[in-house]
This record gives sequence, structure tokens and C-alpha cells, in this order.
Amino acid sequence: MIFATTLMLMGAMTLMLARLLRGPELYDRVLAVNSFGTKTVLFLCVFSFLIGRPDGVDIALLYALMNFIGTIAILKFFRYRALDVALSRMPSRNTRKKAGAKS
Amino acid sequence: MGAAKIAIAVSLLITMGVLWLALSGHFHDPLLLGFGLFSAAFCVFLAWRLHILDAETSPYHHIISLLVYLPWLMGEIIKTNIIVVRTVLSPDMILTPRLVRVKHLPRTDLARTIFANSITLTPGTVSIDMDADEIIVHALLKEMVNPADFANMAARSARAAGENPITTDEGKAS
Amino acid sequence: MSTVLEILHIARFGLAGVFLLGGGFFVLAGAIGVLRLPDFYTRLHAAGVTDTMGSTLILLGLMLIAGFTLLSVKLALVGLFLFLTSPTATHAVANAAHKAKLKPLLGTYRQTRKGDNEGGSQ
Repeated sequence: MIFATTLMLMGAMTLMLARLLRGPELYDRVLAVNSFGTKTVLFLCVFSFLIGRPDGVDIALLYALMNFIGTIAILKFFRYRALDVALSRMPSRNTRKKAGAKS
Repeated sequence: MGAAKIAIAVSLLITMGVLWLALSGHFHDPLLLGFGLFSAAFCVFLAWRLHILDAETSPYHHIISLLVYLPWLMGEIIKTNIIVVRTVLSPDMILTPRLVRVKHLPRTDLARTIFANSITLTPGTVSIDMDADEIIVHALLKEMVNPADFANMAARSARAAGENPITTDEGKAS
Repeated sequence: MSTVLEILHIARFGLAGVFLLGGGFFVLAGAIGVLRLPDFYTRLHAAGVTDTMGSTLILLGLMLIAGFTLLSVKLALVGLFLFLTSPTATHAVANAAHKAKLKPLLGTYRQTRKGDNEGGSQ
């Protein structure tokens, strides 16, 4: 049954690659990459049980965090066209309120 | 550096230590345990240098109300999941996508965060944009934008964050 | 005594198998949905199916196989991270598309078996 789950995850990853290649918008591709990463995390967990080496779960843990950071980094890059934008310079709720009070 | 800040630092140190133990699995070697303690303390030092040691760093006083909220959220997630999967896999797919504005949000930032995350976690509704007094929600089916459901979820997430909209004294007790 | 233990053993692995296959089904259904749904905002919902139900069921199944070990704690941590980060990532993608003025498909959309689509009326 672990093997069947591995096959199902691989099928789902293939479908997600198809969406990645077809996706008409940039955001479809980002969504596909993010979802592919989630499936990779699950695949690493299941596969480490399949081959009987539970070290893969540690890699899955790291991959879950890196997938999230990668998605946020891609979105930030395409919004600001740069990665070195300071957090304090991004418009937040407080600064918007202050700007509204000034004007 | 007040007593409250030291309590937060100690609780963060304990959390980091437990996380290190769970991830490494070394329980006996004193040298490795010392290294683990050092790295946990170094993380707390970095957090102190970054000025992010505040009440949000150790959200442990809400943990009971959050544990009450979580089973209800899981039930909602299971219900909406089955609806979405049935819609997606049916051969004649009929969608009625809607874009609605949800008002009457909870007051505190934590309760708002829990509310918006709960909307996104239940498949079929995704919170797209958030403003000072409303959330824009995209829904897959028109049955999912019932305002009473959103009001119920908002009230429950407000209670989970320790905020009680009706009687303000009861929420602090837990 | 040993038969009771054996029944418990079989029940544990049977339940783990049901969880694993159920999780695999939800992951596949989410992937089919992402491929099949008509526009970006509706695809977000299908991706959410994988993130919530699929990952929870698969990790619960693996935790049943692992039993009370450190490995189960690690699997629970994987589940916790996915549970915390996936709505944030979904909201970030949706918010970026909304800020870039990507128009959602609204109204009623029908896709019949013959493949003729209609809908998208405002």
C-alpha cells in the first residue's frame, strides 16, 4: 500500500508538471511549483518508508520550509523586480494609515 | 529588560531545546547536548538582537482555546474537501465562482490572522486581499458564500485568540 | 492475549493503509482539479485539497506505521509546517494575482462531457 501511494503521488506530480508547462499566467506556474513542492514533501516521507531509511523525513522537513521560502521569494521578485527591498519600505497597514492621516 | 521579557526568552529557549532534541535524537552524549543547548541559546540571542522578543514569540497562553478551535476547523475542512472533490471529479462540471467582501472582522491581529487562515484552509474559499475592515474572498461555489457561516467562523476564531466579543472577562480566564 | 495483540496489529496497519490510500486519492483529485478547472482563482481551491486533506491523511497513515517513536514526532512536525505555511503561500499567490489585476471568472461556468464550455458571464 505504501508502493501504491508512491505511484499515486508520482501521478499527481506529473499532472502538476503538465499545469506548470501549460499554465497561461505566471501565477498558474507559481501555484503549480508550490503544489509540486508540497507533493515532493509527501513523496519524500512516503518514499523513505518504502526503502526503509527514515532519514528522508528530515530532508522532507527541510524541503517543506525551503518550498515556502522559495514561493515567497519568487512572488516578491516579480512584484518588486528586486529581492533587496527592505520590509520597512513595503506598504503595510500602519504606514498606509499614517499616509492617509497626512493627506 | 523586564521580567516579562525574561519569561518570554526562557519559554523560547525551552521550545528551541525541545525542538532540537526531537529533531536530532541525541539524548545521552553530554557534548552533543551542550552543543544543542548552545545553539538554542544562540537563537534566543539572535531573536533578542532582532527585537522580536515580544508576546507573539511565545503564544502559549492561547493554547487551550486553540486546541478547542482546531477540531471544529478540521470538521469544516473535511466537509468542504468532500464538496470540492465531488465538484471537480464530476463529468459535468458546474461552477459558480463568486468574489465577496466579508465585513465585521475580529478586532485583534491574532484573531484576524486565524480567521483569514481558516478561510484559506477550507477548500472552496480563499482569502485574496485584506484591508483594515474587510477581507475579499473568492469562492468556488455560490453555496459557500453564506454570510452566516463567515460570521460563525469569525466568532469562533475570535474566541480561539482569547478575545470574547460579548463578555470580555470570560476570555481571559482560560 | 496474543490474538488480541495480533488483531490490534492488523487493525493498525489496515487503518494506516486506508489513510495512505485515501490521502493518495485526495492528492490525485487535487492534481486533476488543478489541470481541469478553467481559471487561476478556481485552481487555487483544487490546490488547497492537496495541501489540507491529502497531506494530513498521508502523514497520519505514516505515523500509524511508525508508532510511538521519534519518527512520528518528525512526521507531526512536517504536518505542522505544511499546515502553517500552505495557507500563507496560497494567500500570497492569490494576493499577488489580485494586485496584478488578474480578472477572475465569475458567474456560472459549465463544462459538459462533450467538451463544449460556456460561461464567464459577468
